[in-house]
Amino acid sequence: MIDTLRLTAEDARGLLERREISAAELHGAYVEAIAERDGELQCYLRTCEEPSGEGIPIALKDVISTKGIETTAGSRILSGYTPVFDATVAARVKAAGLSVLGKTNTDEFAMGSSTENSAWGPSRNPWDPVRVPGGSGGGTAAAVSAGLAPWGLGSDTGGSIKQPSALCGNVGLRPTYGTVSRYGVVAFASSLDQVGPVAKTVRDVALLYAIISGRDPLDSTTAELPEAVALPEGDSLAGVRLAVPKQVADLDAIEPGVRAAFESALETARELGAEVGECDLPLSYRYGMPCYYLVAPAEASSNLARYDGVRYGLRSVAGSYDEMVEKTRDEGFGAEPKRRIMLGTYALSAGYYDAFYGQAQRVRTLLVREHRDALEGFDAIVTPTSPTVAFPIGDKAADPLAMYACDLLTIPSCLAGLPGLSIPCGLSEGLPVGLQLIGPQFGENGLFRVGHALEQALEFDIVPERLR
Amino acid sequence: MTWEPVIGLEIHVHLKTQTKMFCRCPVGFGAGENTQTCPVCLGFPGALPVMNRRAVEWTIKLGLALECEIATQAVFARKHYPYPDLPKGYQISQYDLPSCINGKVLLPTAEGDRVIGIVRAHLEEDAAKTVHVGGRSGRIGGADYSLVDFNRGGTPLVEIVTAPDIQSADEARRFLQLLRQTVVELGISDAEMEKGQLRADANVSVRPAGSDELRTRTEIKNMNSFNFIARGIEAEVERQIGVWESGGEVEQQTYDFDAATGTLTARRSKEEADDYRYFPEPDLVPVEPSAELVDALRSEISESPAARIRRIEPALDLDRAAVLVMGGLDRLWDETVAAGADGVAAANVIANTLVGAGVDPGAVPAAELAKLVDARERIPRAAFDEAISKLAEPGFSSEPYLAQDAVSDTDELGPLVDRILEENPGQVAAYRGGKEGLLGFFVGQVMKETQGKANPRVVNDLVREKLVAR
Repeated sequence: MIDTLRLTAEDARGLLERREISAAELHGAYVEAIAERDGELQCYLRTCEEPSGEGIPIALKDVISTKGIETTAGSRILSGYTPVFDATVAARVKAAGLSVLGKTNTDEFAMGSSTENSAWGPSRNPWDPVRVPGGSGGGTAAAVSAGLAPWGLGSDTGGSIKQPSALCGNVGLRPTYGTVSRYGVVAFASSLDQVGPVAKTVRDVALLYAIISGRDPLDSTTAELPEAVALPEGDSLAGVRLAVPKQVADLDAIEPGVRAAFESALETARELGAEVGECDLPLSYRYGMPCYYLVAPAEASSNLARYDGVRYGLRSVAGSYDEMVEKTRDEGFGAEPKRRIMLGTYALSAGYYDAFYGQAQRVRTLLVREHRDALEGFDAIVTPTSPTVAFPIGDKAADPLAMYACDLLTIPSCLAGLPGLSIPCGLSEGLPVGLQLIGPQFGENGLFRVGHALEQALEFDIVPERLR
Repeated sequence: MTWEPVIGLEIHVHLKTQTKMFCRCPVGFGAGENTQTCPVCLGFPGALPVMNRRAVEWTIKLGLALECEIATQAVFARKHYPYPDLPKGYQISQYDLPSCINGKVLLPTAEGDRVIGIVRAHLEEDAAKTVHVGGRSGRIGGADYSLVDFNRGGTPLVEIVTAPDIQSADEARRFLQLLRQTVVELGISDAEMEKGQLRADANVSVRPAGSDELRTRTEIKNMNSFNFIARGIEAEVERQIGVWESGGEVEQQTYDFDAATGTLTARRSKEEADDYRYFPEPDLVPVEPSAELVDALRSEISESPAARIRRIEPALDLDRAAVLVMGGLDRLWDETVAAGADGVAAANVIANTLVGAGVDPGAVPAAELAKLVDARERIPRAAFDEAISKLAEPGFSSEPYLAQDAVSDTDELGPLVDRILEENPGQVAAYRGGKEGLLGFFVGQVMKETQGKANPRVVNDLVREKLVAR
């Protein structure tokens, strides 16, 4: 009997290599777990009963195009859309022999922090099913925590990998912008979107990152990794310098329980030999959110222009072409995409471009510089990943600004294009708290090393208490 | 008051790359509908554009030929408008940072070179082709249904924008002919207008002659031949002069030119009141050509058509020089003259007889042609024509034709001329009444009677002599 709740991908690979289990048996164990628990958690939008590879199974967020498997990005407007091609990341995991378990739930077009914006209903947090798993990649994160997948891929625009990982108590990496191909990933905000791994351990995340990363000729914004991915080993942080942004102390949005778990993790880091200092990111915390909410909706309004009912997905019936497009978009998009299309259209309009999108891009340049300066002399910046633990479903659904604030701590480094790793660092009110490590461009190996050492020392039990 | 037109042109040129601008679908004309498509040019979710390197290089090459500054950083932007010919909802096009700016074309005229400024030349992707069936003619609104063929969608397209330096419809036509010849010679486009590979829009206004004000301009779209362009501009210039002279005001408007009726139809204002919401395309990186690349491209460009017109003009005249260069005939002319032929005679033979016979000028042995040009009055007309028509055939020799002699004997031709004049008393009277153009008619009759064997110059002299004598 395989305990999918505890089995890491690395363990699974060992079992397969030693032929203690077949790929079909392994895949079947997850299919069984899904049958058992996904009725409650709603992590998957579609599952694949039969294994498609000889390797470890994997869950893919529904924004990742999969040839022959319906891909909706959590939106009604893509209902019935079955891609004729694989996203590069899907092709790479398949080429590595991984077996696709299914497509996981997401906020519509990855716009949200709770999966409540999914047209197909919210996913639930395995630690407490009345609570959200975070978002937008809540489906993947909840599936990994609930033993419904050993690992999975998410996509992160402003925190959609890191925040759900924090809220579900597992490890998520948002890679350096440009290290993972976006080809075939349903676009939200092109200059921010980045695919990354979610898993139970830092080593698993590193393994999966090694599979998906590297230059893709189909995505002009990708680059070859300057150095190969190094699987982290060792438990010392001697010589490692971590920086806490000054501004974190003044952020009232951070819950006391989250702060306590964060502080305690910093103490552990010191015990492991790390030096914990302070850095200054004044512009990032002041202007990061407004900057993001100009850049992301502006690009989203453009990326979502293609959904017109002409070629694929939903087509509403109407008298004329114009009416057909209008009705399709009205019926196909939920409230959040509509809100962002309107915000973004406005931000790009003639006469407003300079004041909004243009200005936001200039601010972004400042944030890049500010992060580079802050990382001068440090290996990583550390903050809590999310200011709060998982919140009850419905709590913030009616208040978009409160929902946007979930990503307060993840957004600035996304705008700067930097890698961020979230690892679980403790509990608050019985719910997981995430620690965010931000590294320099292409600094993933450093993050893996620090994250792995902390993970060993913190001994966080990634299996939700109620499922143990 | 006299008026002068102020004309600027926007010219779209399809590049003849093997593949599309942002995907590797083949570019071609005449394939089955929607057979040259892929996720990228159909705008499927997640598909990303990847630049066509050759298209970028060819744009730079064109910019160099138009004496433009080449941008060290050019940026593609998204230009948004909702229409089914645009699968992504936006067109990827260079916008505020195009590859080529500030160029010029020297258009040879009888009064010297006219400088036509080139504001910019930028690279973009073409839209798909739509067909609207039923309802109002050719419009999507009210159509019973519409069909889209995405084969054309994504074809690389260079847009060239001139300064409003063009002063007449005729000048616009000559500029376009020169530009067309330039892109054809650069090898970057076939520029066949009937296939839509070269399209031009004109911005037209008029002003009192000699002033430097710029009045409201209108735009004429959809002109797909040199003559239509000239006629469209002419019609619009006349219309505007009429409006101003009757005390009215020209309004900014876009017109479609209907070649069949020669009329201009205003587009609905809604169709042009667009906000394109440009922003830099985040899926692409800037175009940053190295100085070495630009130099290499520059070295591939040979003498421009305008320069060649200027070079050969002194031996001919502007019109003949232009006809040779625009027709791609000037190299053969150069070689034929170098082989000893008379310049004007060679130009006439090449531009008229040779082209008329459908002979490929590139396959003609210039030395043989030179001999024929030299002998054109000595040998029978029929033999000359036949020799020209066979020039491009492998192993052609002019010898058998040169061995023939035209009938130049006035004793032999005289009676024939007398008979022709007697048979056509009406024309003779008309000639003597001043219609001297009839000379050709009489010569033609004589040539016909002799089956092309008479020496035309001798016949010419003889006819004139006899017409005057009586």
